[in-house]
Amino acid sequence: MSVAAAIQDRSWVRKLAETKTIAWYGIGLGLLAFWLALPPWDVRFEGGPIAVGIAGLACGLWALSHDEKRLGWWAVAVAIGGTAAALWAQTKDTDSLDAVVNAGLFAATIRFATPLAFAAMGGIFCERSGVINVGLEGMMLSGAFFGIWAAAWSGSWVVGILMAMVFGGALALIHAFFSIHLRADQIVSGFAINFLALGLTGYLFRYIYGTEGTPSDVARIPTVTVPGLDKIPFIGDVIGSMSLMIWLMLVLLILSWVVLFKTPIGLRIRSVGEHPKAADTVGISVYGIRYACVVLSGMLAALGGAYLSIGFVGSFNENMTAGRGYIALAAVIFGKWRPFPAFAACLLFGFSSGLAQRLQNEAGISSNLLQTLPYILTLIALIGVVGRSRGPAAVGRPYVKQ
Amino acid sequence: MTEGAGAGNDSGYQVVSRWYSGLGGFFTAVAAAVLAFFVGGLVVVATGHDPFAAYKAIFSGTGLNWFFPWVQGDERFSAALDLQQTLIITTPLILTALAVAFAFRCGMFNIGGQGQYFVGLLTALYLGHIFVGMPRPLHILICIVGAIIGGAIWAGIAGFLKAAFGAHEVISTIMLNWIALWVGKYLVELGGWMQGTEPDVPRSYDIADSAKLWPIWGALQPLHAGIFIALFSLVVYHLLLNRTTLGYEVRAVGFNPEAARYGGINVSKNYILAMGIAGAFAGLGGALDILGWKFHQAINDYDVSFVGFVGIAVALLGRNKAVGILFAALLFGALQVGTSPRQLSGTDFPAELATNLSTMIQALIILFVGAELLIIYAWNARKKVGLTGTSPPPRVKAQEL
Repeated sequence: MSVAAAIQDRSWVRKLAETKTIAWYGIGLGLLAFWLALPPWDVRFEGGPIAVGIAGLACGLWALSHDEKRLGWWAVAVAIGGTAAALWAQTKDTDSLDAVVNAGLFAATIRFATPLAFAAMGGIFCERSGVINVGLEGMMLSGAFFGIWAAAWSGSWVVGILMAMVFGGALALIHAFFSIHLRADQIVSGFAINFLALGLTGYLFRYIYGTEGTPSDVARIPTVTVPGLDKIPFIGDVIGSMSLMIWLMLVLLILSWVVLFKTPIGLRIRSVGEHPKAADTVGISVYGIRYACVVLSGMLAALGGAYLSIGFVGSFNENMTAGRGYIALAAVIFGKWRPFPAFAACLLFGFSSGLAQRLQNEAGISSNLLQTLPYILTLIALIGVVGRSRGPAAVGRPYVKQ
Repeated sequence: MTEGAGAGNDSGYQVVSRWYSGLGGFFTAVAAAVLAFFVGGLVVVATGHDPFAAYKAIFSGTGLNWFFPWVQGDERFSAALDLQQTLIITTPLILTALAVAFAFRCGMFNIGGQGQYFVGLLTALYLGHIFVGMPRPLHILICIVGAIIGGAIWAGIAGFLKAAFGAHEVISTIMLNWIALWVGKYLVELGGWMQGTEPDVPRSYDIADSAKLWPIWGALQPLHAGIFIALFSLVVYHLLLNRTTLGYEVRAVGFNPEAARYGGINVSKNYILAMGIAGAFAGLGGALDILGWKFHQAINDYDVSFVGFVGIAVALLGRNKAVGILFAALLFGALQVGTSPRQLSGTDFPAELATNLSTMIQALIILFVGAELLIIYAWNARKKVGLTGTSPPPRVKAQEL
């Protein structure tokens, strides 16, 4: 038996040469072409990005010729766009690029992504069980407010986090009751939750703190520095010293995946979201699972909010989540209701936020315009860069017990 | 709905749907509003304020007491001023509510009223600025038509994405809202394309005098003629939906897209069309605001504008009916004016609490109106009490209503 045949026997090797994979190489090469012109490489020779870009273009065209239209076109687009962006970046001097693209940008990416990721994980549990949760925004907002409120009167950030989860869960319970028991339209109910949280937190904020705002000496969630890791160049600057909540989020991410896809509980959650009647027939409590998932989603979204107020900013403002809950919802759909892809979407949104902030400071590009980036990306995602996203079959449909 | 949901539930829904189509719809909407005000009052009590005093202060700021014949003299004068403000706020609310309602009747939830409103507003602002020395009616007409087209296109994107790619309109309209907001901010920021003459103020230029709508009542910030256009839009909405083929198709798709497709209706076309018309209403709302009383747009205006979102509450409370929307818009417009800082200065109830209270009340109304089963529960409870032992078919009861 020849070596080639032995290699061909292995499916993972075959996968590397599949048309789809090659199209992905094209997308990767297109992004690489752009990256070459940026720190830490700072290639200032036009041939570099062009060569890589042409390789990416070739991959895309090859995929197109082999009937992989969608990904093939994307590879072609990314290769051309990446090369063009690289050539544009090469006209800028390396110092100003260094000021934008550095370890700080990636650290900011993770910081911006964390609250989104908490809410997105909550959203995944909720929607996997068959309940749409447009109310993530309001649950985050209540977590942000009640987190800092509890941290302020107790002097402990632990109490802050716990109370944020309690109130986020309570708000989610309202959503659960209206959408599961009362069979109200889940989108309408979730939307009402957002407005309710906006009014309630604004009211209490003004009532408790007046025009002074939240106290400045409020207990903050500590930063965890990993010994050794913070000494590594670049990587140490990015992840060596992060808020405890970011580490917690990474644990939650893995835990969500394990629970959803590797445990009986996860199977039950998914079955309730796909075919509640079948789940009911085999003795799974549809209402019980749905209530638990909706309340859990409220708690997780509230954690994301608490990270904003007592982990990141250290204060609270009316409507401080400013649409992050909606972006988290988009990340859930972008990530096809799976934890890791959803997290990748959060990182992408975090990156565009971080980039917007830095480009405003360094390159003078309007941050207002760049703020549209995550939303445009989501629209494109809806059109299908990640394939047509199909949610749980029974999502949004109330279940009537026989 | 799950298959074989059970006869009891079906008849329950029939009872409810009859409720809504008849006078009962009026009562449930009123009940939801009363309940929302009651819960809001509980929050006021819990924070140590007198709810009656608070609501009274809010009511006297709305100007609705102008309708009471016994209000005379100075009081009547200030009531007129307040009522003008209430009607100014009511005008765009009617239109953003129509934007929600029209899409609703086609089975879509248009959360994008806010973005469509911004697009209409900015289009009217642009057209109102670039033409100079044009006859007033023509200039206003151009601005309004432009805003309608702008709003229609903006919403049409969501309709198109749904028709062509199956993208859920809730997600796409939320995204379009944020894009419109940030692009709008970009346009009027320092150095932006639409920035006005003052270099340090992030505010747009003003529209030309020839584009301003006619004032019809009051002097300081008078009520403008846009209220008539809004009322006319209500009539258009009603006729379009109930008296035309287009409206019939839209309602058929909203009722059951599969059945509509089987019946030969082009569902994709109706999705795009219905969203486009919905966006046209919201865009018109933006135009009336800019041509009627705002005349320019500052960067901070975007953050305090919730007219598109309040429109959702208005449409829900008004049960997507023209008359219902009119009264619901008046209620929310009054609530907004009554809780504004200007109206509550000098009263015991702080305005910053009041504005948040009105947000809460709006949220509760959305919540309660959306929960149709609350009424079924109440209905069944009544039956248990009143008709024990007998077994009348619910259908008969339903027809009696």
